[in-house]
Amino acid sequence: MTAATAEASQAHASSATAFMQEVVAKTPGGETLIKCIQCATCGGSCPSGPDMQHTPREIIALIRAGERERVLRSNTPWYCVSCYYCTVRCPQEIHITDLMYTLKRMAVQAKLYDDSTAPDFSKTFIMWVEDFGRAFELGLMGVHMLKHNPFGAFKMGDMGFGMVSKGRMAFTPTRIKGLQGLKRILAKAKELEVSA
Amino acid sequence: MRYSYFPGCSLEKNAHAYHQSTLAIAKPLGLELVEIEDWNCCGATEYISLNLMAAYALVARNLAIAARTDGLKTLVAPCSACYLNLTKVDKTMGEYPALAKRVNTALAEAELAYTPGSVKPRHLLDVIYNDVGCEALAAKVTRPLSGLRIAPYYGCFIARPGYVKVDDTEFPTTLDHLLKALGAEVVDYPMKATCCGGHMTQISEATGFDMIRRLVKGAADREADLIVTICPMFQLNLDAFQGAMNRHFSTAYHIPVLYFTQMIGLALGLSMRELGIGEELVDSRPALSRIGSEMAAAAAAEPRRARKDDKTLPMPAPLKQA
Repeated sequence: MTAATAEASQAHASSATAFMQEVVAKTPGGETLIKCIQCATCGGSCPSGPDMQHTPREIIALIRAGERERVLRSNTPWYCVSCYYCTVRCPQEIHITDLMYTLKRMAVQAKLYDDSTAPDFSKTFIMWVEDFGRAFELGLMGVHMLKHNPFGAFKMGDMGFGMVSKGRMAFTPTRIKGLQGLKRILAKAKELEVSA
Repeated sequence: MRYSYFPGCSLEKNAHAYHQSTLAIAKPLGLELVEIEDWNCCGATEYISLNLMAAYALVARNLAIAARTDGLKTLVAPCSACYLNLTKVDKTMGEYPALAKRVNTALAEAELAYTPGSVKPRHLLDVIYNDVGCEALAAKVTRPLSGLRIAPYYGCFIARPGYVKVDDTEFPTTLDHLLKALGAEVVDYPMKATCCGGHMTQISEATGFDMIRRLVKGAADREADLIVTICPMFQLNLDAFQGAMNRHFSTAYHIPVLYFTQMIGLALGLSMRELGIGEELVDSRPALSRIGSEMAAAAAAEPRRARKDDKTLPMPAPLKQA
């Protein structure tokens, strides 16, 4: 091996370690990631696995290989439905669902996701929570549909009508009394957002 | 028995029937539920997808408020997502003191603080199953649900990841026992802990509808009259989206979904109105007509509007040939 290739491979190895370390640091319980034995129980347990570009097992392999961009561009975390089957079935007790949340956060931060629908859904959801303290379904569905699927609103029209006529859809969000305090808490928490 | 109560955003509106029926059965079951003051949204699965610390602080604010409530250290949540987040934050703050310290730094901005372990979040199913118990429940039944075939649905968070161990992670049985105590015939429903997709209908319709289809088909194949659940997200997905799912796959399933609190209320002899039955989009009255004359009368009073053929577009009838 020439000095140049040795240096390049060392550089690659250290960047791989850096990516892995970043993921581990940002996940409560992330230190378990190193124990993965690539058994694929996670992918086999995943209800939305067939629509994922990479199964959770492949994602872990890619993280270890330092494939930062491929991991953060993958649709996998966005198709995770948080059912925790992978987490409870993992023989190595890796917190896979929490790993998926970390990858979502990192992908949004790095602006590395191809399909923007899912992150936008989360953003719209928390927009209402941050502004009022409680979730607001009509506002969430309304804003999300107008942004991403304006014609879908017609398709879902009867469902929306049903919900309204049964009194199950509020037209205005509920504002909590301690909203200013909540806003201060969230602002401070965001300042403290780094490694876990 | 007194408990702090955390209804959550779903129960304020879309799952209002769950809230209403919970409060309606609380008294006959001897439960006193004290709603914690000025609670906020738990963030569902959305907040943690964007901010870790803010997601934890959001939930910890509720825990801190509950901890202030004198003498009530058990916080009951009927919503599975709220229950997950409350137990997750309590447990994780306990395991990672550095994280707990940061959460408390954020909470201090509103003169709040939370010591992990000082509040015990529990699911309503856990409280009714373990604190009230099947025997006591069966003793109170005045209108047995006999003849009603029920598919019990637990969903994800009561079973997994199990920050608080309540039931089996793969094949939970607590709700089965409760429904049997009410006199119902409980269907062997293997999908009882399979995920309904959560918010997936909004991310990818094809994926979301297929996850709903599996669960509806599973119940229909086993000839269940209805599905009974403990999770508002599931009720929304299978009830409100069942029509859209049927259109997507050209199917004609009609499986009503009710909350377990509504079934307990019916068995205790409460009226449908008191329990919010009728707020579901997939009409449950034809199924419920099996268990009582009141239900049969309600089903007959408002017959479903008949359509000639669900598959055809509204078109003028073809001219008759002379």
